Formats: sequence, C-alpha cells, structure tokens
Amino acid sequence: MKENLSLQEFNSLRKQVKDVYPPDVPTVVIPAGTCGRASGALNLVRAAEHEILRRRLQETVRLKVTGCHGFCQMEPSVLISPEGTFYPKVKPADIPTIIEALLAGRPAAELLYHDSPDGAGIEKQNDIPFYRGQKRLLLSRNENIDPLDLYDYLRADGYASFVSLVSRGDPRAVIEAVKTAGLKGRGGAGFPTGTKWELLAARKNGSDKYIVCNADEGDPGAYMDRSLLEGNPHSIIEGMLIGAFATGADRGVVYVRTEYPLAIRHLDNAVRQARETGLLGKNILGSGMNFDISMVKGAGAFVCGEETALMRSIEGRMGEPRQRPPFPVQSGINGKPTLINNVETWANIPVIFEMGPKAYAAIGIANTGTKIFSLVGKIKNTGLVEVPMGAPIRDIVYEIGGGASGAAAIKAVQTGGPSGGCIPARLFDLPIGYESLSRAGSIMGSGGMIVMDENTCMIDIARYFMNFLKGESCGKCFSCRKGTQRMYELLDDISAGKATPGHLDLLEELALVLKDVAMCGLGQTASNPVLSTLKHFRDEYIEHIDNKRCPAGVCKGLISFTINERCTGCGVCRKACPEEAITGEKKKPHVIDLERCSRCGSCRSVCKFDAIDVR
Amino acid sequence: MVKLTINGLDVSVERGTTILEAARFFGFPIPTLCHHEGLSPYGACRLCVVEIGKEPRTRLVSSCTYPVEDGLVVRTSSKRVVRARRMMIELLLGSCPQSKVIQDLASAHHVSQQRFRQEHDDCILCGLCVRICKEQMMAGAVGFRGRGEERSVGAPFDSQSDACRLCGACMYICPACQLRCTFNQPEKAICGGCANLSPPCIEKEKFDDMMCYMSPCVACEIKK
Repeated sequence: MKENLSLQEFNSLRKQVKDVYPPDVPTVVIPAGTCGRASGALNLVRAAEHEILRRRLQETVRLKVTGCHGFCQMEPSVLISPEGTFYPKVKPADIPTIIEALLAGRPAAELLYHDSPDGAGIEKQNDIPFYRGQKRLLLSRNENIDPLDLYDYLRADGYASFVSLVSRGDPRAVIEAVKTAGLKGRGGAGFPTGTKWELLAARKNGSDKYIVCNADEGDPGAYMDRSLLEGNPHSIIEGMLIGAFATGADRGVVYVRTEYPLAIRHLDNAVRQARETGLLGKNILGSGMNFDISMVKGAGAFVCGEETALMRSIEGRMGEPRQRPPFPVQSGINGKPTLINNVETWANIPVIFEMGPKAYAAIGIANTGTKIFSLVGKIKNTGLVEVPMGAPIRDIVYEIGGGASGAAAIKAVQTGGPSGGCIPARLFDLPIGYESLSRAGSIMGSGGMIVMDENTCMIDIARYFMNFLKGESCGKCFSCRKGTQRMYELLDDISAGKATPGHLDLLEELALVLKDVAMCGLGQTASNPVLSTLKHFRDEYIEHIDNKRCPAGVCKGLISFTINERCTGCGVCRKACPEEAITGEKKKPHVIDLERCSRCGSCRSVCKFDAIDVR
Repeated sequence: MVKLTINGLDVSVERGTTILEAARFFGFPIPTLCHHEGLSPYGACRLCVVEIGKEPRTRLVSSCTYPVEDGLVVRTSSKRVVRARRMMIELLLGSCPQSKVIQDLASAHHVSQQRFRQEHDDCILCGLCVRICKEQMMAGAVGFRGRGEERSVGAPFDSQSDACRLCGACMYICPACQLRCTFNQPEKAICGGCANLSPPCIEKEKFDDMMCYMSPCVACEIKK
C-alpha cells in the first residue's frame, strides 16, 4: 500500500475497499472483547474457522471477529449478519449447527435466545427485549467492524466525516456544529463539549496545544470505554482528528489504563494503521494539518481519571490533582493549553457529523444524544446498554435489564461509580440526565449502573464504596484523605452495631463539609455514597443504630443465623461451615452454635430447603 | 490591578496575587498550616478555605492557591467557611492531638472536642518539608510515597538519601509534627546537631528514658 495518501488517493481507497467487498455475504460475527474472550469466544472463533475450512466455505461464508456488542450476560454469542440472528451462550460444538442453518437459510431453532424458560425462541437480535429498548448509535457499530482492520472501518463510512470537514476547511463551523448537537462531556461532569473546544481554539498558542482522550476508566463495574476502544478504535482516532482540526492542536494523547491490554493493543494497531495511511502525522492527507497521537498507560490510580491528576501523570509525575484555576485549557500538560474529553465523547463526534448535528440534537430529552451504561448487579440481563438521554431508569432496569435476577425485589440503583449515589426504586421514573441525577443526589458519572435488591444493605454499600475511596484518594488534600478514612470508620461502626446516634450526626456533618471543602472532583463527590443513602434510606441507618438490626441481613455484627423446622438434617450445612459451628444428628434438625458462628453465610447459600433464617 | 471585594470591602491588588495574600494584606486573618511564603502554594490542609462567588452560586476554594480575579466576591469567615474550618481542625485534632500548633488552632477556633476515634500520628502530610527540600534547598531528598491512607513522607527506600545534606530545613519548617529525635539511630538521623554538644540524652542508655522530643531540643536550640 502506498503511504501518506493525498485526499484524492484516500477517497479512492475508501471507494475501492467497498467495491471489492460485497456487503450481503452471509457472515458469522463473533464478539470477542475482553468479556467475550473471558467466556470463551476465541474457542468459538477457532471452531468456526475449522468448520468453514472443513466445508470449504471460504468463498461463501465470512467470519468476522469484533468487539463487544453489549449483551455480556449471554457471551460467548454469535450473530449472523445481515439477517441479525442472535445465538446466546454458544458452545464450540454448536458452531457446525449454526453454520448448517446459515447455509440452509433458516435459524437454528434449538440455539435461539429465550427470554423466559417457557417462552418461544427469539430469532432476531433486535427483537430481544435487551436490545429492543435501546438506541445503539455507538455500540451497533461494533457489530460491523473488525477492530484490527482499517478497511472495515472505511467500509462503514469511517473517516468520511473527517475528510469532508477537512476538505471544507472551516474549523469554526465544526465547533458550531458540536455546539448545535448539544454534546456534553460523557466522562461525568457534563461540561458542554463545543464550549470546551471553543475555549481551546481561542487560545493563541499556535498549534502548540494538546488534546487528550481520557480512557482511565476506574469505576468498579464500569466498562463502557473499554468496549469502545476495543471494538472501534478508529472512531476514537477520527473523533480526535476532528477535534484537532477544530481547535488547531497538533498533539494528541490517549491516557489508557494498563488494566485494558486488549484495548491498548487494538488502539496501538489502529494508530499505526492511521499513521501509515497518512491520517496521522505531518500534512495529513495533503491538507497541511499536523496531528499525531501518542499513548500513555496509567498505572492503576483511580484519581488519575481526574483531569488535573491525569495531566500530571502524563507529564510523568505523581498523579495528584491540583486546584483549578488555572484550567487545563489555560495551562495543561507542560503548561500548554490542553483539552480533555472522555472516550465516549470522542466516539460521539464522528456520529454527530455522520447524522448531522440537528438530527443528533433531536435525540433525547433535556440532554442530547445517547449514553452507554454498564448495567450490573442483581439484574437479569447484565451488559452495556445505550439509551437516549432522558430515558427513565425504570425502562433500563425493568425492560432492558429484565428486572431482578433473584426472587427479591429491586430496591435501588447506584449510578456514577464510587462517587455516585443511590437512587431508590420509588424514584425510578426519573429521566436519565446530568441535572436530574444530580438533583436526586447522585451523578451521571461515566455510566456505571449497579442494581441492588432487597438483600442489599445500604450501609454496607456505602461502606464498600468508602473503603474503595479511602484507598484511592490520592492523599494530597487533608480533607479527602482523612475525611474518607473517618467516614469509613463511622460506617464500619454502624454496621458493626457499635454506633450511637452521635455517629449519624457526625457522619452527616463530615460528609457535607467534605463535599464543600475538598480540592478536586473526586473529593467533592466522595461523600455522595453517604449523603445519598442518608437521604433516601435514613430509616435503615436508624434501624442499625437504634435497634441494632440490619434489615437486609447483611451486616455481620448485627445478624444471627438460626435453623428452622424445615431442616431435614441432610448435613450439607454442617460440612460447609468453616467454623464447625453446626452440629446435629443425621435426619434430625441441626443447630448453630452462635458463639462459634462467624456469620459468613455459607450454610445459607448451600441449604436447599430454605431452612436457615437470618435475623 | 485587580478589583475585588473581601468581606464587603472593595480592594484592589496586583494581578497574580492569591486571595490569601490579599486578605492578609488587608488584615483579614486566615489560618493556614501547609502554606509558607517562600514556597509554592499547595492547597492541602484546606484550613485557608474561603467562600467565593455571589449567592446562591458560591463555593469554597483554598485561598492560598486561588489567584484574584476582577469582580471576585470573597468571604473569609462566613458560616459555611467556619463550619468547614472547624471540621478540618477537629479532624486534625483526631489525628495529631499532641501538636502544639494544632492545639493552638483548635483553641483559636473554639474547637473544644473531637468526636472521632483518637489517633496519634506524627505527620499531617502538609508537604512543607518536601517543598522546602526541593524548592529552597534544591535537594529533593524527601518526597511523598503511596496514596490514600498509605501516603507518607520519606526518603527513598527509607534510607538517608544521597541528596540529603543534613541541613535540617525539614525539621525547621515542620508545623505540626513533633518528630522524635532520632539520634540513637544515626543512619536515619537528619539533624545530628546535638552530636557536637553533650546534652544528657546523648548517651544511648538514657535516651529512651528521657523521652526526648525534637522540639524543643536543647542542643538544637543552643545551636541556633
């Protein structure tokens, strides 16, 4: 291939790759992001390769390995395109059946997805409730693109937006379009992206400016950015190219966490391909624009997702925040003006120009566009869901998520990662949006959504997140370092039954002060787990403190296990007990010695007769 | 010149001044722990917070790091500021009750009790020693390590750094901690001034009995 193409050469390349690739060849698509690989997608790929070779179908059936499509619960899965037939939890031995059905032009009925055990199989992916309720502007692209193949991205009209913007040559109009689209930062704070770009473009510093893609996704249970980077790395590069064109920056940095090796590999490969094609480097496509992207790997500190800490980390110093002003756009990496956007924000940029800013702005209520959430916890369908802004939480949890995974009812969702808050089930009509979530005491955050049912103790949840935060606080500002430690200590006392009413007052006072006084965004939101649970679940706190009782039966210091009359004396719990606290004769009800019992709950999880009560 | 309002008083100060400097210049006291005139501002102790902005959109910022802006409205001891400041002092008392500086702060701000579980730390990680070593002594012999509750100040690998000249600046500037004199562990000692005199504690057997603390060290005081 010729390197450093001119604009005409690149356009003809885009046409060429489409021409040599008939679109409706039956294709076996196997999603193999990190989640897919963990559940064995690569075995499926090998089985499919083997089967295609064995039947000599190389000319008639195509195999495509893509990034994650979102339905992580059902991995490893197979999608047949262009029909859109979806097969969940496929075993390598099922592949011949699937390919045979594909050749026969019918679905393999016995392998189809069932929404309920007795329901009929659902053939098309888009008819499955999990997918039906979504609006997948970004994630649906992962289905058609082999992340390691630049040509695949070009076939999906990739880089078309960038090329048309560059050939028009009006950076000002690009910024206006982003503003019209109403895109807000998807990293959590929700600052209008167009305004941010405008500020950077206005800085008179020649092209000596940085634009950064923040891929330091550290929230427990959140992996939206990972799947975008793994599944569609070129869209991030295109977004950054458009950003660089609009703002006149010539240096790009992707700050990605080392814990995402596959994302790093795919992005690295994509950057190399883009550089070879002349999409990155000097005089891009002969337009005179210079821009290149380098990658910095984070070393695992949660706080480095905060923009001032992130910049210090890129400079090679200890990752700790500083107070703004100066804002990054005034003085960022090495003192140069810097613009930082989240992965999902960058991925939205090419979409905006492909569908037109006005059409994009028409999606969503109150805010525009879509937002990807990673739906996890006590829910039937876990995975990545993309919904328009303004969709009520109820739809996400009950329609897309399919409701509670167990028998217990859903009690709350926790949004926004460790520094987000809990939203109780009675507020589930709340539309998703930056302002609405913030009014409910939570934050949008980067898009983690943890579903909790009645067996979850809110004090335990707050304690869990506070434990995370006290370890991940950078420790620079005294309020955050000591404040999170003390809040954890108070919550620990409450859950251990050692608390007095004074604990609750002190906890609330400290949480409110910390919100006010901390230096960076992490510290200011660190009290959200406490404040939001106090706001919506104060009765649980009071129950723990006054009555020394944990209503959900979770806090070890406050519960005790007893065996009821349903016990058949099978002895399974006796064998499972690590403390040897259970005694009893065969076929006769057993007894738990509360002195020895460590409240681990092992007996309860193994009992088949529901004979162990928690109080 | 930049025009701003501090506690209702219209003042003008040079561009680049911080709120702390401006407020102190006009006689409004703001307590600080991690701030020192000769060192870069750090903003870690959060004692110097002030309320800025107009109602209802006000927020607290550390005055030592915030440069003045035209039209800025500053309140140095509003209810919100006082509440935050007193909570910070209470947290400090909970960690370092033996420090005279912190006791004085508590007394000045009428903090008479602390409700947390009592700890006895030596260091509040204000970073003055790290900054003076790097910025004034050009040595960089001590630095921060770890994050969160693991964070501490020290020399690399806990042994005396080659860059350390035993100047004692870190000891001099420390506002809160009362480091135990480490003469009986000469490989870790930083000051060593007392070795040239003969205070009673210099004999190793007596050292532990005397519970000698660095500040005020008789030998060090004499050396001054």
